[in-house]
Amino acid sequence: MSATALHPSELPEQPSEPKNYLNVAHTIKSWLLTGDHKRIAILYLFSTGFFFFLGGLAAAVIRYELTSPAGVVLESETYNRVFSAHGIIMVFLFLVVVIPATLGNFLIPLMVGARDLAFPRLNLLSWYLYMAGGTIVLAGMIWGGIDTGWTFYTPYSSMYSNTNVSLVIVGIFLGGFSSITTGINFIVTVHKMRAPGMTWFRLPLFVWSMYATSVVIILGTPVIAITLLLVVFERTFKLPIFSPELGGDPVLFQHLFWFYSHPAVYIMILPAFGVQSELIANFARKRIFGYHFVAFSSIAIAGLGFLVWGHHMFISSQSMYQGVVFSLISFLVAVPSAVKVFNWTATLYKGNIRLQSPMLYALSFIGLFTVGGLTGLFLGSMGTDVHLTNTYFIVAHFHYVMVGGTVTAFLGGLHYWWPKMTGRIYNDGWAKINALIVFMGFNLTFFPQFIAGFLGMPRRYHYYYLMPEVQAYHIMSSAGASFLALGLILPVFYLGASLKNGAKASANPWGAHGLEWETTSPPPTFNFVETPVVTDEVYDFDPVSEYEQERATQEMVHPGTPGLLTKDGELKTGDRE
Amino acid sequence: MAAITHTSDHSHDDHHGPLHHQFESIEQQNESYIVGMWTFLVTEVMFFGALFLTYTLYRAMYQHDFFVAHEHLSIPMGAFNTIVLLISSFTMVLAVHFAQLKRARAVIANLWLTIALAGVFLVVKYFEYTSKFADNLYPGPSFTANKAVFEHNGHVPEIDLNHAQIFYGLYFGMTGLHAVHIIVGILVLAALARMWMKGNRLVTEDFVPTELVGLYWHFVDLVWIFLFPLMYLMPKPH
Repeated sequence: MSATALHPSELPEQPSEPKNYLNVAHTIKSWLLTGDHKRIAILYLFSTGFFFFLGGLAAAVIRYELTSPAGVVLESETYNRVFSAHGIIMVFLFLVVVIPATLGNFLIPLMVGARDLAFPRLNLLSWYLYMAGGTIVLAGMIWGGIDTGWTFYTPYSSMYSNTNVSLVIVGIFLGGFSSITTGINFIVTVHKMRAPGMTWFRLPLFVWSMYATSVVIILGTPVIAITLLLVVFERTFKLPIFSPELGGDPVLFQHLFWFYSHPAVYIMILPAFGVQSELIANFARKRIFGYHFVAFSSIAIAGLGFLVWGHHMFISSQSMYQGVVFSLISFLVAVPSAVKVFNWTATLYKGNIRLQSPMLYALSFIGLFTVGGLTGLFLGSMGTDVHLTNTYFIVAHFHYVMVGGTVTAFLGGLHYWWPKMTGRIYNDGWAKINALIVFMGFNLTFFPQFIAGFLGMPRRYHYYYLMPEVQAYHIMSSAGASFLALGLILPVFYLGASLKNGAKASANPWGAHGLEWETTSPPPTFNFVETPVVTDEVYDFDPVSEYEQERATQEMVHPGTPGLLTKDGELKTGDRE
Repeated sequence: MAAITHTSDHSHDDHHGPLHHQFESIEQQNESYIVGMWTFLVTEVMFFGALFLTYTLYRAMYQHDFFVAHEHLSIPMGAFNTIVLLISSFTMVLAVHFAQLKRARAVIANLWLTIALAGVFLVVKYFEYTSKFADNLYPGPSFTANKAVFEHNGHVPEIDLNHAQIFYGLYFGMTGLHAVHIIVGILVLAALARMWMKGNRLVTEDFVPTELVGLYWHFVDLVWIFLFPLMYLMPKPH
């Protein structure tokens, strides 16, 4: 800076925007070497979006292929590679990562009132590990592909598959470490970085569920890491762990695999529960019903989730008595999950409901997750599972939980916190239409799969000319997938447009309560000008003033802006006594 | 860009020494490090845990073959290594102790002593591995077909070589992974010793970084305390 220029602080009024985490620096280097949790969240948003797009492309090919009983474009070998690519990318590079790494990274320090996560450089490292892992997985898929499915069952993966199993596994291994570092960071942050007055039971439920998720991550991920590493060792050094010809036990692999991969389902869905609790409480303008129950049900799910892996193995060689126990404990998991659903619906009761776009996602989540969860009970009971296992019923079930649950909640959360992340208000009309497109497209895609699966359509098959009667369901499903794809692409446009044309968001555009809404939108690099001191509960919408209720009603009748009156907003001057 | 970095540094001038910007106080920072390290060690326990589970399963399935296969391991070497690691834990504790007393020279001496003992461990391990390789006891297609390598007291026992191969697969897998942790430990200890020698305030002003390395080192030792009896000291099955 030249000596003649005035120092910015000496100017009487600052004409330009105040510094926030986005405009503090613009170079690529400032993004790639950042320690700021908010910037890392944005990096993750783009990279998970990229992998989601690739996984979605694979899904599109699968849905196209299945429109005819004799297949359309793919050879069987190619089909195996395509559905494996879909599964591996979506599970390991999208679902496990997306909510913790984007919303979690962005919000946890804000919500607990900290300047950053406990270990910012570790956080950046986790992104690089994720990118390195993702790149290696992609390289493996492009040069040769992988045809084991996302489950890597031995001995096929360890002895027979001629595809790029080792390379892809190394990529997943690195991605696992990215998860672990994120998990450690979150746990330490929640334990040690809370602002003065932020007691455990004043934490937003999103933080509780992210904490439970982190516990699952740090306990489960190392197990899958070493298990997959053993597969690599078996392939490269012939280390005989799972090979039946030497007396090894391939079912041991299934046990170790599902010891992680069942809890991994909770890594994917628990963050969604957290988002859901925030959305429901805010758009019902009501304290969440049974805060402690919702908080502890996350912990209960995390704990019980480690005791149910055997329900993936009812038709493996595991003992029937083992199956009975696993089946029983699986039913127990339904209890804390149902506690959550009941508490969300109870929160809605007599709430001051605002049907803005995040709320539409939240409401569709309740329905879709309930369907996904209840069909899980069919699969958790051994008798029905023997009939339904390895059919499209399973495919439909876990897509209801993963897409209907996690992706819907992610979209809801993204819409809810978008003004905070970018400082812009998007077009709520488009967002509402999009929420409906996603809901309808999703149901049209996956509901027919329940029926096809019940009729006996096996998963991972692309020829079904012996049962052409399921073609109608497949065509419905493929048509629905096109709708769903539209609903997943549209946000890119209207959210992207908001960056250019959107109105500036106030600090608290939803009139929500919580520390993340007390700083500017977008927040400054260190989040808060001064460390906040917490004196009340997070869902303190009570007492809802009469005026606020009227405002909400008016907002529903004349839906103008998604922005709502804040507690200390300007419009309140006209309030009556 | 540089100017911005500079100003943001200055805005935190009140935080002296090794306190990072995200923390309020040095106590909070230290507690965070310690919680973080313990959490990391939990992941390590799960990491090794899967292997210990696998080992337990196969040992229960193939008790006799595992027993015969294990007799080829050298108990004196394993015991010597156990003692070496226990002593290295003791020198590590001394290093942390002197770090608390801010006696830099004693810390440095003990850290190098720990590194030296870790080196001794690896050298012994090297000789152990070489003797196994000499007898073709590494898993793979070239695994020994000669039962005579398991000769014990002039008598060649009955053994299923496939199961022996599983034993040696686990032996190399688990001790190998442990050795990788030892090597990482040596690197971390050397980096820490270097920081002490340079008088880096990050480590000299507070004993917590030294303690964190100590926690890791004790964990690595503890893994060996489990590996030694499991691999080397099997009772004869009935």
